Amino acid sequence: MYQPANEDELIACIADAAAVATPLNIRGGGTRDGLGNPVACEAKLDLSALTGIVSYNPAELVMTARAGTPLAEITAALDANAQMLTFEPMDHRPLYGGSGTPTIGGVFAVNASGPRRILAGAARDNLLGVRFINGMGEVIQSGGRVMKNVTGLDLVKLLAGSYGTLGVFSTVTFKVLPKPETAATIVVSGLNDAEAAAAMAEAMALPVEVSAAAHLPESVVGRVLNGDLANAPATCLRLEGLTESVDVRREKLLAAMADKGPVTVIDQERGEKLWCDISNVRPFADRRDKPLWRVSVTPSAGHVLVAALRLQTGVDAFYDWQGGLVWLAMEQDPEATLLRAAIAQLGGGHATLVRASADMRASVPVFEPQPKPLAMLSARIKAAIDPHNIFNPGRITL
Amino acid sequence: MSDIIAFREPDQAILERRTEILADLADLLPADCLVTEERELVPFETDAFVAYRRLPLAVALPQSTEQVAALVRYCHRFNIPVIPRGAGTSLSGGAIPQEDALVIGVSKLNRILEVDLPNRCARVEAGVTNIAISQAVDADGFFYAPDPSSQLACTIGGNIGMNSGGAHCLKYGVTTNNLLGVRMVMFDGEIVEIGGKALDAAGYDLLGLVCGSEGQLGIVTEATVRLIAKPEGARPVLFGFPTSEAAGACVSEIIGAGIIPVAIEYMDKPAIEICEAFAQAGYPMDVEALLIVEVEGSDEEMEAMLARIIDIAKRHGVSTVKESQSATEAALIWKGRKSAFGATGRISDYICMDGTVPLGQLSYVLSETSRIIARYGLRVANVFHAGDGNMHPLILFDANDPEEARKAELAGNDILRLCVDAGGCLTGEHGVGIEKRDLMTHQYSRADLDQQMHVRAAFDPRWIFNPSKVFPLENRPRSAAGNAT
Repeated sequence: MYQPANEDELIACIADAAAVATPLNIRGGGTRDGLGNPVACEAKLDLSALTGIVSYNPAELVMTARAGTPLAEITAALDANAQMLTFEPMDHRPLYGGSGTPTIGGVFAVNASGPRRILAGAARDNLLGVRFINGMGEVIQSGGRVMKNVTGLDLVKLLAGSYGTLGVFSTVTFKVLPKPETAATIVVSGLNDAEAAAAMAEAMALPVEVSAAAHLPESVVGRVLNGDLANAPATCLRLEGLTESVDVRREKLLAAMADKGPVTVIDQERGEKLWCDISNVRPFADRRDKPLWRVSVTPSAGHVLVAALRLQTGVDAFYDWQGGLVWLAMEQDPEATLLRAAIAQLGGGHATLVRASADMRASVPVFEPQPKPLAMLSARIKAAIDPHNIFNPGRITL
Repeated sequence: MSDIIAFREPDQAILERRTEILADLADLLPADCLVTEERELVPFETDAFVAYRRLPLAVALPQSTEQVAALVRYCHRFNIPVIPRGAGTSLSGGAIPQEDALVIGVSKLNRILEVDLPNRCARVEAGVTNIAISQAVDADGFFYAPDPSSQLACTIGGNIGMNSGGAHCLKYGVTTNNLLGVRMVMFDGEIVEIGGKALDAAGYDLLGLVCGSEGQLGIVTEATVRLIAKPEGARPVLFGFPTSEAAGACVSEIIGAGIIPVAIEYMDKPAIEICEAFAQAGYPMDVEALLIVEVEGSDEEMEAMLARIIDIAKRHGVSTVKESQSATEAALIWKGRKSAFGATGRISDYICMDGTVPLGQLSYVLSETSRIIARYGLRVANVFHAGDGNMHPLILFDANDPEEARKAELAGNDILRLCVDAGGCLTGEHGVGIEKRDLMTHQYSRADLDQQMHVRAAFDPRWIFNPSKVFPLENRPRSAAGNAT
């Protein structure tokens, strides 16, 4: 195992590995090991000693940190200045268990994005610059620490969400934002999935700046917020911002939703817990034996997909991102073929088998197979950055 | 015409075969879609970076993705450089052709294919103008957020090529944050779909790579873009400050306080004078720096937000506060700002820089800019997006004086190096094109550029797409055939 303590050591490890084409399993806190295919190699490159915030000037809304910095350290520094990561990175620990600590590099490596993605963008939208080591052991800088930058090819976006298969982050520079002064979550009760999709689309069309929109069907609603939402399906809409502004928008949204069903308002503190439960897939966290999919589709297609699957197999589901992000728990078999065919029929999207037994993951493509031209292009890109295929071999399918 | 930026030597073999190539191209297109006469090629010899120009081999104006694919397949087979072109509004020479290159313009791909309001997106052809998308959904209460100054003319295809921004991206982000998918023609004529209506796509973020790639990775023929619910109202307020430092500090504090207005625009005294003379917008003439801060929402929301912003401005010694009392006044305030480039053009020739710097460096970069300009004996007006640090110094010069034109270019290069040295970058929204191509080595190491070029080659192994742009002509990888060097 390699455990570099600084960038020079990191470069040396990778240059050594590249020289003899030894594949490396790249790890931060190890909290997302279950995500993707098992990495097919023995040697581990552990980044947990490559830590520390390199620069943070709250007035500039930008932070630079070494890749292995625990997310908790980042959050603590931001908390002290009433700032936050606006994309609400999902924490995978409730799903996979384990006692590791998520790192900021890991967050960007899997593009972990939460409910606010519909308003504030994904992790990739908030990553401004990276320093990474490519598969030849060279330090590569892309992007920077400014909000607007179109200088050269955007390798920053490419590296975000590449699951450590292209390069190893040394430092990441990302946008941070002031925390909203206040928040309110409006819950409409009793809607079925189709009605909820329509209500969420209507809310998003209003000039009230909904920052999160999720629907929890009856089967899952008891498993968030300690069961406080009673037993009726809950369609949740969050507003955030300056107090005066949230007050005004809340009244507007309440008025618009009044005819849909009983409406309640959840305050900021309980709202935080609710959205955390949704972001981290709390409703399906404890059903470890059942295959779990993360499905990304056109928002209005989410509930149609679930209804179509129900005719053929046992599924349970809830929706984030206005219905476009579907968390789908299968009763028994992952039903990958059935699921992917249904997605294609509904206008496209993709499904990731987020949790399943090792046997299942070995027999089913964990990530959505790409059309051939894109798969070949992706393989050429991989070869352009990691020509000896030493980074996380097998983690994603190319 | 200036000569600081070098062009590569055209491929003589292509020039010699011109007649034959034109006949072949004509076979691939409907009548009236191929421009070959010299006088008709003139409008395509440059873009908004007018100091440089070259006539292309021919201009193709295809009407379908399939026609684009056929053209690209042909050009790839015979190693003919391809220059993708939107409306030709690039400020960095991104669409400037060469004698041996075929321009593929997307102006006839101008249909809005689908508006999907429940999913808040629209699918449009690449030649649709930026403003046309917002206009198509305006009555339904939506808009497309990125709003470059050229939005009346520029196309969504060009916006994707340059990852265009605009005055309102402080709140809504730039093109890459508002793009869901593209249909693109690859180097070999293969048509691919990247992304779609979902918020993310499988595999590597190819969409993120294509956006802002300056037409080097393929030709985008269709795009799926996000639509956003239009705010109820918007209100700009003018703030005049006795010093640029006070204005800069005010910007930092507004943002630091958690208030993100939709726009914070900055103008210095020369810019105020030029714009006021043109637009009579009622700008104060006795201040050193002006901020236009725009907030949006309902009346109550805007009032609450403005009260906080005015409070902050007062703490920083604001000398003039002018709230717009009507839509007409609001429009007038923006008219001054939006006509800055045009108004400057009426009194002088100018070149516009586009470096971005960290917010904390704004004051330093402004004063250093003045010093650089003074050293060359020129004048400068500064108009820029202060909220995101994207500077636009307009360097004034006389284009009829070759020596002064040369000085202006050199001063511009010095300013861009200053931006990089201050922790920023060469270009925030205009792109590298040919204009900043040779400055890339100041921002990036050899290894950085090599890595970008290797990735570029994964998309376009023979470098047929826009080959003379973005990367310095020297030190290109050997693997890239003829067009690369």
